Amino acid sequence: MCSLALFPPPLPSGQTTLCESNNELLSGTTTEDQLKQESSPLSLYFPRESLKLHSRTESSSKAAFLDHSETLWMRSAAAWRDGGLTGLLNEITTSHTEVPKWLSMSSGCILALLQKVSSFHGSLFPHLTLSSEDMIAEFSQVLNWSDCVVRAFAWHPHTDKFAVALLDDSIKIYNPKSATTPTLKHRLQRSVAAVQWKPLCASALAVACQNCLLVWHVDPCSLSTRPSSGCAQVLSHPGHSPVTSIAWSPSGSLLVSASPMDTAMMVWDVASESCVPLQRVGGGGVSFLSWSPDGSHVLASTPSALFRVWETRMWTCERWPCVKGRCQSGCWSPDGSRLLFTVQGEMVIYALTFTDTPAGVPTSTSQGPQAAAVVADLSETTFNTPDGDIIVGGEIQSLAWDSTGERLAVLLKGDPHAADRPAIIAVFKTRTSPIFELLPCGFVQGERGAEPRLMQFHPSFQHGALLTVCWSSGRITHVPFYFLSAGVPHCGLSGSPSLPRPQTVPADFANQSLFTELMS
Amino acid sequence: MCCVICWRAAASTAWAVLLLGPITAALVILGRFSLFHPIQTISECLSLLTSASAVFSLILLCGVILMIGFLNLEYYTVIPTIACSKIALLGQLLHPRQLVNSAVHCVMGIVVAWCCAITIGGRYETLGYTCPQSDGDSSSQMCLNEYHLILLLAGAFVGLSYSLLGVIHNMNYISFHTVQQYKYLRFKGALPLVVKCSATQALYSIRNFIVVYFFLGYIPKILCLYMNKQTIAGLLDLSLVYHLWISASFLLFTWHITLVLFRIFVTELYSFPVQSSFTEDAHQCLAKVLNEKQPMILKFLALQDLALLSQHSPSRRCQVFSLSQPGGHPHNWNAISKECLSMLTDLTQRLVAYHDTVATNGRAKSLSTGSERKTSSETSVTSGTEDLMSPRPTLLMKTPASVFARSVVGTPRTPLTAPFTPDLDSPFASPALRRLTAPVEQCSPWFGTVQSPHVKNFLAKRVLIMYLFNKLPEASSQALFADSQAHIWALEGLSYLVQASFSEDQFGVVQTALPSILSCMLVLQEAVDRHFKLPHASSKPVRSTGSMGDSTHKTLRFALRATLKTAIYRITTTFGDHLNAIQMSAEHRKRLQQFLEYKE
Repeated sequence: MCSLALFPPPLPSGQTTLCESNNELLSGTTTEDQLKQESSPLSLYFPRESLKLHSRTESSSKAAFLDHSETLWMRSAAAWRDGGLTGLLNEITTSHTEVPKWLSMSSGCILALLQKVSSFHGSLFPHLTLSSEDMIAEFSQVLNWSDCVVRAFAWHPHTDKFAVALLDDSIKIYNPKSATTPTLKHRLQRSVAAVQWKPLCASALAVACQNCLLVWHVDPCSLSTRPSSGCAQVLSHPGHSPVTSIAWSPSGSLLVSASPMDTAMMVWDVASESCVPLQRVGGGGVSFLSWSPDGSHVLASTPSALFRVWETRMWTCERWPCVKGRCQSGCWSPDGSRLLFTVQGEMVIYALTFTDTPAGVPTSTSQGPQAAAVVADLSETTFNTPDGDIIVGGEIQSLAWDSTGERLAVLLKGDPHAADRPAIIAVFKTRTSPIFELLPCGFVQGERGAEPRLMQFHPSFQHGALLTVCWSSGRITHVPFYFLSAGVPHCGLSGSPSLPRPQTVPADFANQSLFTELMS
Repeated sequence: MCCVICWRAAASTAWAVLLLGPITAALVILGRFSLFHPIQTISECLSLLTSASAVFSLILLCGVILMIGFLNLEYYTVIPTIACSKIALLGQLLHPRQLVNSAVHCVMGIVVAWCCAITIGGRYETLGYTCPQSDGDSSSQMCLNEYHLILLLAGAFVGLSYSLLGVIHNMNYISFHTVQQYKYLRFKGALPLVVKCSATQALYSIRNFIVVYFFLGYIPKILCLYMNKQTIAGLLDLSLVYHLWISASFLLFTWHITLVLFRIFVTELYSFPVQSSFTEDAHQCLAKVLNEKQPMILKFLALQDLALLSQHSPSRRCQVFSLSQPGGHPHNWNAISKECLSMLTDLTQRLVAYHDTVATNGRAKSLSTGSERKTSSETSVTSGTEDLMSPRPTLLMKTPASVFARSVVGTPRTPLTAPFTPDLDSPFASPALRRLTAPVEQCSPWFGTVQSPHVKNFLAKRVLIMYLFNKLPEASSQALFADSQAHIWALEGLSYLVQASFSEDQFGVVQTALPSILSCMLVLQEAVDRHFKLPHASSKPVRSTGSMGDSTHKTLRFALRATLKTAIYRITTTFGDHLNAIQMSAEHRKRLQQFLEYKE
């Protein structure tokens, strides 16, 4: 089942995907494209040079000052404060001239023992030895996170506004209806791994940072362009850093956060700033979270070959061991009944189907499926283009499913060192009812030399689906897919634009179907 | 219905008694542990565990746990008592009910310490021992074993401090979790915290005890001679300190475990039937329990159930929306929505009245105008207080020192000034305190914000009085929202039901109530917004970690504000432009428009 072979070939270099209309992806040349982008207020461009990057080599300002001899007690206290037990032991061991010999000896022994233990622990879970920046880059949904100008992106779930986290650790909020563009900066806002707006709220934005979790309250009516750091709630829990993934419950009441260093997943009650750790041993941490749109399940993947699916009524979980690698990414169908996920080291998309218990049985948890089914095979496929052969396919970085459940975008990693293996976004047409079906749609490509890094669907786009892509060049573009959703009643024809000319999926695509439940 | 709570309390105590065995075994091992004779330790421990004295002390400890469980049941509350000034806190501590509690805990502490002495054994085992006469006489006499005495006194001290700290940290307050978990998992999650808290609190208690004993140890010394521990060297006996700490940790750990189990069992979700097919079960129905005032915990459980059923259970929602069989009236929905709305309206009135009092700074309004402004809750305040179960039974009672509830039943008081004033008519134990407060009482507006400069200057010199009577910042705000967990559930329940009614309500029963629900929420939203503009209202409380007390009540107002906004958004997002067809005042429409445009 080589799915990508059924796709239309990628565009020649220089052509850019503009939109989908009448069931085909339209493209344009770069110049035309740029004109179009300038006219659209939400297409943004952040050149790398425009960002003032602060040097982050030194974590403290210690080196700037002369060495100052303090008493052993003061130094020990400082070491305890800065480095904890290890720091204290280190301090005692290094200042062996001042302390009794037995003390420095024994602390040296304890230190060595601790290092042995931690290296053993690290050999069990190799990710624990990474630095926190590397860890975020490893587990982020963004391709090549550490080199990315746009590090995180989030559409507001109800309105046309979005937040963009940039390489310089600032977050900008764009709203086409407002002239101000608030810029959020905070002392603790470093290495932003993810941002997400709170559902059923106009103002709250959760930010996953290196050491903590920030929840900004940005008043949409405020004219201030630099909200003070007093507008941000700081949520932190010892041992829970760096935070690589966050997810709000669709009802807006709870926030879950995950850190690969912490085996517990935190469920936050943001208003009262309290959290409930949901501890499960095994896996060595939690790297990625995704809350199903109906609020009933949460996917939590771990750095090991294991992921869990929590049900959110009594917070119990199902364990799903993978064969090859960790679960890299996942997304839920709009009704929360189907989970698509990908596994690191494999080139396929799996699906899990969750059926709700019959209504009226209040206590039992929902019955899960027995095994995951392969729904798409994205192994490497060679396309002949005028520019030469291009190999598309391979490992998957992230998945995104639009809120109508009709378009699935897959960000393929490609190979950064090989020119003929670019990272690319493949888009599938999907149907979830009456049976699950997957059809090819096409590739989304950007301007020459730009590779996609991050993508997200607009949660409430009126005329189909709108895919927002952040490119390696620092550009953010929006690719609309115009179609009439099967699930939404079509009313108010006068409001729809003339361009889309909506049309339902024609019958001749049915024989190109990649996956239907009837096959399996 | 009350037996639900009693059964839950009994089950939690039974589990605590069952857990006593392993905990005691741990105590034996830790108490008798000897680094140099590990094998001897093990054999000693095994022989002790099978001895008669061990069995007897285990039975005694079971009795203690049963007693503690009973006290938990007797003293728990779901609405915290918030002291608005130091004097109010002092009043709480010296209230007869609390004194009884302290005394019982003290005795329990001694009993536990005696059991510890038996299990640790060695020099602690008996109260007296035979000591040879100093003058070389062969006849021996009984001497007092000071080690044993110290252990018993430490037990009493730790028991007393447990009880007093319980008042200060609101340990008897039971909060409900937003995250539902099974009991075992909740217990497992709480266990590390309990161990940590018990160990640290034991350490502090023992430190304080040693200081107290160092200075006050002469009192037992008068009773008998042969004591030498009152010297610093005598108290720096590391093994003694270790054993004191171990037994104090054991004491606190068993009691905390009992408390945690009680909390977990009592707050467990209880599923009330929405509709009963038999008339004899009608009093168990959700709507019936919701409308009852007593006991408070049942009302809270019913509200929690309502919030969860409206969110998760389509079949039970369907019952809420159903019509009565003969007659075709939506009785269930009417009863539920009426009770929720009346609770929200009460809160709104309370907030508006408080705001008025603060905004006018009490100047224009004398006390007499204040007392005119009695809300409808007055009757419920006086009627509800007879109950034994919870010291703060009524929703609207906001008296900060409501442990006095029973003593002030007859006195008419304004509920509005209550958050500011400490209870002066309550029987303070000491007449000195009464004298202290007497001059102040005469000019009681001083407790509000009216302060005649003369009186102020006069009193400012008396630092102690200022310290005692100064209002704690944000405490009055906390007191206003003390029972807001109920409002949070009411908001959640209503908004989820309204959201579900968009597709599930076949007979349109919700539609008729929609305007009143929306206007009620919008008015409350306005009142809450105004309240948060007051000084101290939006300041975050210091988060206390490492204490068994629950500080959820300190942040309830923030939770209420967030829930309220989410609830309104839930309705506006579901109904969208259909809301324009609803009759409402222009001001409310304007506010609603803000929500529809996501600008709140």
